[in-house]
Amino acid sequence: MILQADWRREAYRRMLSIRRFEEALPKRIAAGEILGSVHSSVGQEATLVGACMALRDDDYITGTHRSHGHPIAKGAMLAPLMAELMGRVTGVCKGRGGSMHLADTSVGIIGESAIVGGGIPLATGAGLSALVRGTDQVSLAFFGDGAANQGAFHECLNMAAIWKLPVIFLCENNLYAVTTPACSAHAQPDIAKRAVGYDIPGVIVDGQVLDEVYEATCAAVERARRGEGPSLIEAKTYRFDEHAIGILSTAHYRTAEEVEHYRRERDPLALYRARLQEAGHEEADLAEIECAVERLVGEAVEFARKSPHPDPASVYDYLYSNPIDCTN
Amino acid sequence: METKELSYLSAILEAEKEEMARDPSVVLIGEDIALYSASGALGELDPKRTWNAPISELGFSGMAIGAAITGLRPIVDLTIASFLYLACDQIINQAAKLRFMTGGQVRVPVVFRMSMWHGSSNAAQHSDRPYPMLMNVPGLKVIAPATPSDMKGMLKSAIRDDDPVVVFEDNDLWARKEAVPSDPDFLVPLGKAAVRREGSDVTIVSVAGCLLHALPAAEQLAKEGISAEIVDVRSLVPLDRATILASVAKTGRLVIADYAHRTAGAAAEIAASVAEEAFGLLKAPIQRVTTPDVQIPFSPKLERPLYPNKEKIVAAVRKVLS
Repeated sequence: MILQADWRREAYRRMLSIRRFEEALPKRIAAGEILGSVHSSVGQEATLVGACMALRDDDYITGTHRSHGHPIAKGAMLAPLMAELMGRVTGVCKGRGGSMHLADTSVGIIGESAIVGGGIPLATGAGLSALVRGTDQVSLAFFGDGAANQGAFHECLNMAAIWKLPVIFLCENNLYAVTTPACSAHAQPDIAKRAVGYDIPGVIVDGQVLDEVYEATCAAVERARRGEGPSLIEAKTYRFDEHAIGILSTAHYRTAEEVEHYRRERDPLALYRARLQEAGHEEADLAEIECAVERLVGEAVEFARKSPHPDPASVYDYLYSNPIDCTN
Repeated sequence: METKELSYLSAILEAEKEEMARDPSVVLIGEDIALYSASGALGELDPKRTWNAPISELGFSGMAIGAAITGLRPIVDLTIASFLYLACDQIINQAAKLRFMTGGQVRVPVVFRMSMWHGSSNAAQHSDRPYPMLMNVPGLKVIAPATPSDMKGMLKSAIRDDDPVVVFEDNDLWARKEAVPSDPDFLVPLGKAAVRREGSDVTIVSVAGCLLHALPAAEQLAKEGISAEIVDVRSLVPLDRATILASVAKTGRLVIADYAHRTAGAAAEIAASVAEEAFGLLKAPIQRVTTPDVQIPFSPKLERPLYPNKEKIVAAVRKVLS
């Protein structure tokens, strides 16, 4: 648990950790050490960390293919995440999951789904589980604007509402589903307004401002813990990098000016740093956090590069909890 | 051993009732299940143990998976096998894969149950027998018990199993009754076939309710001096290849009766396994008795002749012996 006085520093540290972690990846990809599709969370840090700071360590979350930011936001160690990206046996998923599936159960993540909307039912079920077991845990589902059009989104908001499940549905609306702008995919571009259809609270927050996300999530968490049921939060945010590293270039579906505007004026890290300075945090203190994060990310990369690969003979491990003979 | 006369359908309820009494983490979720709790068939239950869901198979199947990961042991009632497809993304992309993809961090102790309503004039969207599709998904366990005792014992094993188990209940078997052990810890293990009748001339492997036809087929063949051994698979994944191969080693001839459509059915997998492992032991090519690759029509005159039956099994046996 983070002490109240330190939580802003911790929030900044986690946001910075996401940023520096993601920034370390293109070099590793170019070196051939990270293969497959890698989806960067740069620009969305305040949404991820603002929400996770409102949760307890024993609260559950599910995430998406853009999976690196969720475990870091929830307090995970960086080294096993980096090792997982490099497919090493020391990875958080022992090299079985990779970039789209950085699930770290030690910080309450029960799945990072590459199927858009796939984590929503899982998180809703975790809420049902808490209710049945009689704990006051809550469950938060991260999903993107694209997922809000999946049937599972609607089914789960409805069931969470009728059964008053302790679930927070948090939409990271970064305005594009791969290359499709939200305004062309949603009849109602304010996703939070769908809450009315399920008779639950729906709020829109500025996803680049950590305190806004944090306060809205706190309110939703308290409502859930009181047994009053689910909430929908829509964080309007922005993805600074492309959908996946190296796949597309901006010119085709969004303007360079738009991206530049967000980088310059709406960078959640710059905004929060300024906020911290206003609140009286010393420059030296912030610099210390920044140094520490640089070091940790560097150590994570070194750890990953030195870690062994999994043994091909172990490929059947983890297929079943009660193993059967799979070598047909 | 104390027993009680139970129908296949009652055996399902008895298994659920006993497991829910034994383990407070077992919960039920599905459509119209309020009927079962209201009738008392499941015993005295806290309302938080049964969740009567709206028509949202994908959503509530996924919820069951999330609940399974976080401390519950849900039983999902999908009602009719043809509705399975709505839930398939969660069953296949999540339940079957999460333990593996997380490097063993999670376990998924969930059971999905559904009945196969074939032969009852309910037409194509209510009459599927989709178990072969799920046999092709690593990470699931798939069972199709054919007797009341096996239904009770295997459903209990499935509930106690820490992996996702999909249970296919054949509606042909619902009314069948037999003496079922009353011991609440009576379990039938997954992955073990049962030899229902010993024989020496031919092996008939039976999948799900085909047992209803395989047994009388063997009786008729016996009158003709043909000794048929019947192996009831009971479990499709894991599949008890050892018992099947041991039987084929004895008889040298194999007929497989399977309610699913012919192409890539359970019979196809069993035939391929035996051909690969026991080619030298076979005295004749393997014969499959399956439902043809056609949709199930409404008209009873069109539907009834499609499925495996006693006559088709007898004809297939005659063919492998000719």
